[in-house]
Amino acid sequence: MTDLNALSYTEEHEWLDIAPSTGSGTSVATIGITDFAAEKLGDVVFVELPEAGTEIAAGTVVGEIESTKSVGELYAPVTGTVVEINDAVVDDPSLVNAAPFEGGWLIKILIADDAADGLLDRAAYVALTEG
Amino acid sequence: MIEARFTPLRERHESLGASFTDFGGWQMPVRYTSDLAEHHAVRQAAGLFDISHMAEFLVAGDFAAEFLDYSLAGRLSTMAIGKAKYSLVLAEDGGIIDDVIVYRLADDRFLVIANAGNRGFVDAAFASRVRSFPSRIERDLPPRAEGEDRSFAGFLGDRGVDVEDVSDTYALLAVQGPASEAIAAATAGITDVSIPWADQKYYAWADAFFLGAPLLIARTGYTGEDGFELLVRSEDAVALWDAVLAAGETHGIVPAGLAARDTLRLEAGMPLYGHELSREIKPAQAGLGRVVASDKTDFIGKDAVAPAEDAPVLVGLAAEGKRAGRAGYAVVAGDGTVLGEITSGALSPTLGHPIAMAYIDPASAETGTAVFLDVRGTKIPATVTALPFYRRKK
Repeated sequence: MTDLNALSYTEEHEWLDIAPSTGSGTSVATIGITDFAAEKLGDVVFVELPEAGTEIAAGTVVGEIESTKSVGELYAPVTGTVVEINDAVVDDPSLVNAAPFEGGWLIKILIADDAADGLLDRAAYVALTEG
Repeated sequence: MIEARFTPLRERHESLGASFTDFGGWQMPVRYTSDLAEHHAVRQAAGLFDISHMAEFLVAGDFAAEFLDYSLAGRLSTMAIGKAKYSLVLAEDGGIIDDVIVYRLADDRFLVIANAGNRGFVDAAFASRVRSFPSRIERDLPPRAEGEDRSFAGFLGDRGVDVEDVSDTYALLAVQGPASEAIAAATAGITDVSIPWADQKYYAWADAFFLGAPLLIARTGYTGEDGFELLVRSEDAVALWDAVLAAGETHGIVPAGLAARDTLRLEAGMPLYGHELSREIKPAQAGLGRVVASDKTDFIGKDAVAPAEDAPVLVGLAAEGKRAGRAGYAVVAGDGTVLGEITSGALSPTLGHPIAMAYIDPASAETGTAVFLDVRGTKIPATVTALPFYRRKK
């Protein structure tokens, strides 16, 4: 089980699992949407993700998550390069609902300069969703 | 800010873990666990919906039938007792104020079920139409009964019809799906059913009792499946909800929310007020020309009910892949010319491909016409398709 307190969060209801720096000064963040977002969307039936190698800028829309009822946009929470996408979730979007913090992860980003600004910790994110 | 309303089943929904959404001023369950699972359960077994937010009006009096012929688009006076009929409340300009189902309870009594969000508009329309409906004294009265007041004073202003909003007195549950008949028949507490379950016809109703109080059983619904809508006293709604779920357990019944209800009705090609129907749409544009009895001598909206020849018309659209067109997205031609706009759209859970309803230029509305959906800047090929998208096997 993922330790939710160890993750970072955004106001767009994404979570980031930022792996420790490899020594080269860069780190990789695994990104998904929170259980709160998955619950709000309903059953996810389609995800569109950026291709590996795509450079993305924090705050821009880089993908889409569609449920039967609505469309959610995936915002890049940090600036960097997409190094991997979760093919399993493209094939079976229901993973986003079934395991949003585990098998339902979406993309991995090589963070450009360790400048992951404006992220929330668990307590701040929970406060946001209860607000 | 208007305070959100809840149905008598609020606590049941909460304890089942429902997510709520605003619908017509009501906080209604949008889903309990999974809207896809709830959708599939209705297609394959059964689902139980709380639709107590809907509005009910009783129209009663010697001239109730004539009043409804005058007030609604269809001809209700020729309906047999025991039948139900889909109809429309039109504005003077021919636009649609609401779509309703009318049940004939007796020669002089009708039940009208209207949409929750239009309750006030329907109530106001009926109130004003009672006033503009010719009074008894302007009609040919039947022979005077002994002791009946036939004085001018006795009849002046008497319309011979009375409309009562009984929405708060009753709750409405819908059990929908192929197992509905078996589940309804096995529901404990329902007694004295006036017509055997298997003999109850689609768009008809039967009388019964639940826990000793009157229960109206209507074989109607909004899912494209067989099923029943049960009008029960508000104070008995929780007991009926529990009894239906208990009876349905071995049949695979699940509580189902508005998300599933929406994809089910879309597959069945049924219009939703506020999407396919509105004050700006005339019945024939929505494919509801058959609902209008244009040959009636007088009814509200008669003079303006025909749409312009080039007015957009409602069509079904089917696409490949998984990306659905949504309400508000444009329908365009190959050269980018805008042909119309989607009013409802989703990835069809039953069919596995995107479906939509849209109002488009009549020149492009023929079945088989190739068009494109503008899905947030991407053009997705789609084909004009006859409605409904899904039809149950009889």
